[in-house]
Amino acid sequence: MPHDHHDHDHPHTLLPPAPALRVKALETILTQKGLVDAAALDVIIDTYENKIGPRNGAHVVAKAWSDPAFAQALRTDADKVLSELGYYGRQGEHMVVVENTPQTHNMVVCTLCSCYPWPLLGIPPGWYKSDAYRARAVREPRAVLADFGVSLPEQTAVRVWDSTAEVRYLVLPMRPEGSEGLSEEALMDLVTRDSMIGTGLAKDRS
Amino acid sequence: MTRVHDMGGRFGDGPVIPEDENVKFHADWHPRALAIVLASGSLGKWNIDVSRHARECLAPKDYTAFSYYEKWMGGLAALLVETGVLTRDELAGQTDGQISELATKKLTADQVAGVLARGGPADRESNVAPAFEIGDEVVTRRIAENVLVSGGHTRLPSYAAGARGRIMRYHGTHVLPDSNAHGLGEAPEPLYAVVFPASELWQHPEHPRDEVVLDLWQSYLEAV
Repeated sequence: MPHDHHDHDHPHTLLPPAPALRVKALETILTQKGLVDAAALDVIIDTYENKIGPRNGAHVVAKAWSDPAFAQALRTDADKVLSELGYYGRQGEHMVVVENTPQTHNMVVCTLCSCYPWPLLGIPPGWYKSDAYRARAVREPRAVLADFGVSLPEQTAVRVWDSTAEVRYLVLPMRPEGSEGLSEEALMDLVTRDSMIGTGLAKDRS
Repeated sequence: MTRVHDMGGRFGDGPVIPEDENVKFHADWHPRALAIVLASGSLGKWNIDVSRHARECLAPKDYTAFSYYEKWMGGLAALLVETGVLTRDELAGQTDGQISELATKKLTADQVAGVLARGGPADRESNVAPAFEIGDEVVTRRIAENVLVSGGHTRLPSYAAGARGRIMRYHGTHVLPDSNAHGLGEAPEPLYAVVFPASELWQHPEHPRDEVVLDLWQSYLEAV
């Protein structure tokens, strides 16, 4: 049987120990060898700092709340609908939207790494990547929800989705009471990032 | 046995600390680390499964101590050396000043938007027919290890090994990470969302109706 060879001599030890210097050393050598382009790095950073973030997901949720036909299409074939909105891409190639109801609250985690629907939510928050979230979300989701100040009614079951493959999950939170008649844009303001991961609820109209 | 990254269900990690959604990075070097790792992927010398495995193969003491982007850099350093993109000397800063033969693959600024928008879909045609239907009862592998390579990559978490669940959703046929992480081919096969009662996984579930869903490949599963 072939064996895995990663167990010995870790090349990162050849780089400077301070992380900021380690990044700089990697960029320097890769640039000198003609393997990375500093201008391309700037574009990647700008994309995830300023262009792709949770407002994309909020747009999808607000649209689903406002338009039953869109919501139905999202349930049936999320990839098709999201592509049409321009929300297809890296780490969002196979999307499934899971819908909260009074009976079931959905929550998303990746216990093995940090898989997350980037085109809809941007890069994951620090806590999503933390050991505490990865370890606890599957075993004690209600205790994790309590860390976010959320408590669920007794009749609501929690369904936790561990993103173990290349399928990415977006939670469709319940539409807040009293939000009837709001425009899609006003509804977007009620949709928090955490509500689309399942560690939060949509905001009440206020 | 399991590697350090397989932490689902572990005790003792303390609270989860919420964070404002406008916070994108936590240090000046984080965005640069993210970008270097993504840009290096365009050199085409590894796939996502290889790169996940590289991070998982960090020494447990490093994996535990490293922040997220340090793990990414640790994985990248390993990949660059293993695939021959850089020598160990070059990584240590001793360069010959020569441009790499791979430089033709360098990701340029004008290509970034297209590369990110195209992504890397994992669905593939397969001649492995689905063996399960929605609603079927299944049991996962008793040992959450790669069966092809000792100590190799797998996506069955140890907390869900040997557990009884039910097929909830069929995702089509996807690349098998256990094979693709080790240069053994994409070996696509049926992938399912499998739902497990929390009581099947945990001694003290929080609620009698709570469930956990995992995406699992057909070869991880047996009929009950």
